[in-house]
Amino acid sequence: MDHLNGMWAGIPANLQSFILTTLAVIGVMLAVIMAVAFSTLAERKVIGYMQLRRGPNRISLFGLPILRGLAQPFADVIKLLLKEFLIPANADRKLFLIAPLIVLVPALTAWAVIPFSPEFVLADINAGLLFILALTSLGVYGVILAGWAANSKYAFLGAMRSAAQMVAYELAMGFAIVGVLMAAGSLNLGEIVRAQAALPANGLSLGGFGSWNWFWLFPLFIVYFISGVAETNRAPFDVAEGESEIVAGFHVEYSGAAFATLFALPEYANMILISALAALMFLGGWLSPFQGYVPDAWGIAQPSFFWLFLKICAFIFVYLWIRATFPRYRYDQIMRLGWKVLIPVTLVWLAVEGVMVWLKVGPWA
Amino acid sequence: MLTEILFYTFATVLVGAAIGVVMSRNPVHSVLFLVLCFCNAAVLWLLIEAEFLAIVLVLVYVGAVMVLFLFVVMMLDINIETLREGFTRYAPLGGLIALIVIIEFYYVLWVKRLGLDVTGGVAPMPEGYSNTEAVGAVLYTDYVYPFQLAAVVLLIAIVAAISLTMRRRPGLKTQDVSMQVAVRRQDRVRLVKVEVEGEQ
Repeated sequence: MDHLNGMWAGIPANLQSFILTTLAVIGVMLAVIMAVAFSTLAERKVIGYMQLRRGPNRISLFGLPILRGLAQPFADVIKLLLKEFLIPANADRKLFLIAPLIVLVPALTAWAVIPFSPEFVLADINAGLLFILALTSLGVYGVILAGWAANSKYAFLGAMRSAAQMVAYELAMGFAIVGVLMAAGSLNLGEIVRAQAALPANGLSLGGFGSWNWFWLFPLFIVYFISGVAETNRAPFDVAEGESEIVAGFHVEYSGAAFATLFALPEYANMILISALAALMFLGGWLSPFQGYVPDAWGIAQPSFFWLFLKICAFIFVYLWIRATFPRYRYDQIMRLGWKVLIPVTLVWLAVEGVMVWLKVGPWA
Repeated sequence: MLTEILFYTFATVLVGAAIGVVMSRNPVHSVLFLVLCFCNAAVLWLLIEAEFLAIVLVLVYVGAVMVLFLFVVMMLDINIETLREGFTRYAPLGGLIALIVIIEFYYVLWVKRLGLDVTGGVAPMPEGYSNTEAVGAVLYTDYVYPFQLAAVVLLIAIVAAISLTMRRRPGLKTQDVSMQVAVRRQDRVRLVKVEVEGEQ
């Protein structure tokens, strides 16, 4: 051990920070990918039980009978990687191959600015929220290109729907985020969480979960989550996929590993990202819900990654719950909801919030 | 040193992508090269510490404007052969514009030779300096009227575009959402008592 410490100290400081950053990046990537793997399992299990089925229950982890079904994601990944990868004869080969990467890279890069705990964030940049907005808006290119390059009418229809939907809901999402900015006075995600803490300096007396943004920004919170569901093309807004009308939408021509990277990985990574952002912006991120109600010295009042994880899991569960509950929206209903309901709601609440800031009500006192 | 390497790498890709925009045979490829151009320009802005502008360039141009552009280009049924026909006709005009740009480049370099430091590096900003805040502070104080005026002009453009294209054609089977919402259960569902038929 001393020997290793000596070797470590011998490395120049620049290289040391480079190695540490690389390890942290790899760690976060692996964590996200594992979270994606197990959220696919969670989806099948949760929806299974909601529909009075058992879901996957065959492939057990470590051969233990009590863990039956837990190894299903690994079996799925191996299956997808071993399958043949087909390129349609009339496809635009280059774009067909690039499209999955264009979806995947922004979905993973956005995690760079997410603060996981009070201490740990990969890149603590000032414009973190803008960075995430810019990156998530790039994902739509992969979807459009996948649909166009495949040279298939179902894929193209799916791509068109997806593009229109993403552009429409990005606006509502952006307005909801503007409300969060007005509350926190910063674009840095860490600052946004810290501004929600029940501190006398923040002028919040409700304590714990009552001081988080969801209370004062409730309409924006709801709008944000609905647009998040629409942005990730999840049910009930999954017309881009629409298996009952356009087969499987933009990824109908993909198979094997490209299907896994184009569809499964980014979709679930984006779901988890939207959940994490909703938790950070509206539910106080890593802050404890008991802060202010129990003595601060207690363990459950301390901010930690555990609380953020719990909140992300809760949002993922809501995602799955919504999918098991609601039928798919009709396309014109989706557009109507985005442009004529969600955007006016956010605009009105931004005005209300402006008045609250002006009159110094609540957290702005 | 590192900044120079990054600058020349991204500048090379930028120029290459710009050539790709005009040279590619497929209009969709041209649009994608243009997207690559914008991304590289954003990186170059990051290098001069204009991170707000860089992110907004990606967010607005790449994330919204170019998506709609791509949308339109994909929908158009463009005959590439007719597009290429006019090359010789427009070549003199293109050459003239290229000449003007080259003269402008030369002019900038000439001004630099006079001793004015126009292409000098940027001084690093102090710790905790927020580009976003600085832009916002100027935009909402010194330039508040031009800023609001630009916003109003954009709004008028949106309203005009919608009012020009919105028309009600007769005979379309569109859904009237307010009528759908106003429907009550008794309008659609009728409970009937059916006599049980004899034993099968």
